[in-house]
Amino acid sequence: MSAHERISAAIRTASADGDPALVAYLTAGFPSRERFRTDLRRIAGAADVVEIGVPFTDPMADGVTIQRSSRAALEQGVSLRWILAELEAIRPRLATPLLLMSYLNPLLAFGIESLAAAAERAGVTGFIVPDLPFDEGDAVHAALTARGLALVQMVTPVTSQERLARICARGQGFVYAVTITGTTGRNTGVAANVTQYLDIVRQHANVPVCAGFGIRGREQLEQLRGHVDGVVIGSALVELLEQGGDPAQWLQSLRSTRP
Amino acid sequence: MSMNSEALQELIAGRFPDARGRFGPFGGRYVPETLIPALERLTEGVQAHLHDTEFRQTLGSELATWAGRPTALTYAGRLSAAWGAHIWLKREDLAHTGAHKINNALGQALLAQRLGARRIVAETGAGQHGVASAAACARLGLPCTVYMGAIDMERQAPNVGRMRLLGAQVVPVTGGDRTLRAAIDEALRDWVSDPLGTYYLLGSAVGPHPYPYLVRELQAVIGREARTQYQQAAGRLPDAVIACVGGGSNAIGMFHAFVPDRGVEIIGIEAGGRGAMLGGNAATLSFGRPGVLHGSYSMLLQDADGQIQETHSVSAGLDYPGVGPEHALLAHSGRVRYETAGDEESLAAVRALCEFEGILPALESAHALAGARRWAHAHAGGTVLVCLSGRGDKDMPTFQQTLLAERP
Repeated sequence: MSAHERISAAIRTASADGDPALVAYLTAGFPSRERFRTDLRRIAGAADVVEIGVPFTDPMADGVTIQRSSRAALEQGVSLRWILAELEAIRPRLATPLLLMSYLNPLLAFGIESLAAAAERAGVTGFIVPDLPFDEGDAVHAALTARGLALVQMVTPVTSQERLARICARGQGFVYAVTITGTTGRNTGVAANVTQYLDIVRQHANVPVCAGFGIRGREQLEQLRGHVDGVVIGSALVELLEQGGDPAQWLQSLRSTRP
Repeated sequence: MSMNSEALQELIAGRFPDARGRFGPFGGRYVPETLIPALERLTEGVQAHLHDTEFRQTLGSELATWAGRPTALTYAGRLSAAWGAHIWLKREDLAHTGAHKINNALGQALLAQRLGARRIVAETGAGQHGVASAAACARLGLPCTVYMGAIDMERQAPNVGRMRLLGAQVVPVTGGDRTLRAAIDEALRDWVSDPLGTYYLLGSAVGPHPYPYLVRELQAVIGREARTQYQQAAGRLPDAVIACVGGGSNAIGMFHAFVPDRGVEIIGIEAGGRGAMLGGNAATLSFGRPGVLHGSYSMLLQDADGQIQETHSVSAGLDYPGVGPEHALLAHSGRVRYETAGDEESLAAVRALCEFEGILPALESAHALAGARRWAHAHAGGTVLVCLSGRGDKDMPTFQQTLLAERP
């Protein structure tokens, strides 16, 4: 099974009972560099897929929480190179698929070809690049695909149907369906038209669909049940780590208690 | 044919940007997916309106009767005598609100109105684009929100008050580097939250396609006027044209008409700050490497890990780690030479223009003057046309701490 197929399979297996799979996000090296591997292991044990945030100085798609965690990580000297070295040092390898979420510039600075090779060595299964829209992604897509790595595509409620179809056709791992127009971490309910939109995304996608941006609790998961294969939990988890909470216990509390 | 000379031929033929918003390898559209429909709609709006007769007439009439165009071309006789070459000034400082920024703000506000925008957001560094946006929005009856870095609000305090009087809401940006770059990040976040009802009035020739093109087209009036005025006054073209470059809007506006005039030397002056050391300047084309920031692929001041660097310039308007993608191509093709002028020599140029010509220039424009001084020393008797992009009233807090502090 290729790396990107591992992501899809993990989400499908976890959501087989209808309850959305959990894709958990943490900013690498936040709250501290020393805790990164421990936090990652605990989160990977409770989530179905883990997104590791590569901090960037100008995170334009992110709200205040991830801006704060990114700045703190950068102040501690966290870099893409350091993250890959940390991941490579994890033995035994984590069974949970790991993705890197990064703005484009740190990836370009690393070099896209050498990045794909280094990511494969570190056990990374794919990338999410919020400022790399579909139309500009050919070179990155080609370099990652050559090694079986996923370039996860994002769609939004304002994406046209025709564009949605083209983006979904290129989907690997999962399609990341942004549920709100806005930055990450906003506390919003699930609007009725959002489930409608998610149903449309699912009709177009050949891979699982995960909803993200502003998902914070069990109540939203209940509302999304049946409309998505997974949900991305980002800012809420970062805040929990910031406050010293137990990420594994909290992620477990998001799972359905239905028999 | 080398890649550079090929790029030069295409530049002269006016083939950029291409259909994908590229200036050679530079430019493009690197934004979150949420903004793509808004950029597509803006691109269609630009195609439909920008060169349409009705739009041109309205814009032309507003520029003439409200914004004070055409601006004057001034021969700086006493400065020329002191510096040894003939110095001519394109007086954008005389435009309404005190800088070239009004050309773009007015044009985009008219476009926003035609696109049915409910509100306008803008970013500002020195405050000149914020003031111009506030004024244009007031003129057209559009609500306006301006994001401004907390550090810039302090050093350009007079402009904060002007924006508020003109009816804009000024939002301090306390995240990031608290200057222009953080203000753009925050304006983009605002826009992402309401991509179809909000119009983002970007102030420089940077950002995702179609902004670098749109801003160039609206600022090109500077060079068109200056070229004609100079020819009428001198019967020929100048030997050199000089403008300051932060994001690069006044420079691209000044240069555009002269790019095909291969006999005219074109020079862009970046902020040399305190020197070449890391973080000591904002001279992107002189010290940067290619990368992606704020939606386009261009030259950037960044570290080995691709993190954007803090910059320094005494001038808030030039204090930016990126540069417009067309400037990256103009540098790459060799058509424009980019140099730096530091804080000290720019302050000295402010003093010289005040003393010899009775004009208080903006600190940004003073960088172009410092470049002109250097050019004059190397080309005694030559003729140089300088874009005096703005007036210095807004810089009084900085002048109090520098030029005026030295003098009892």
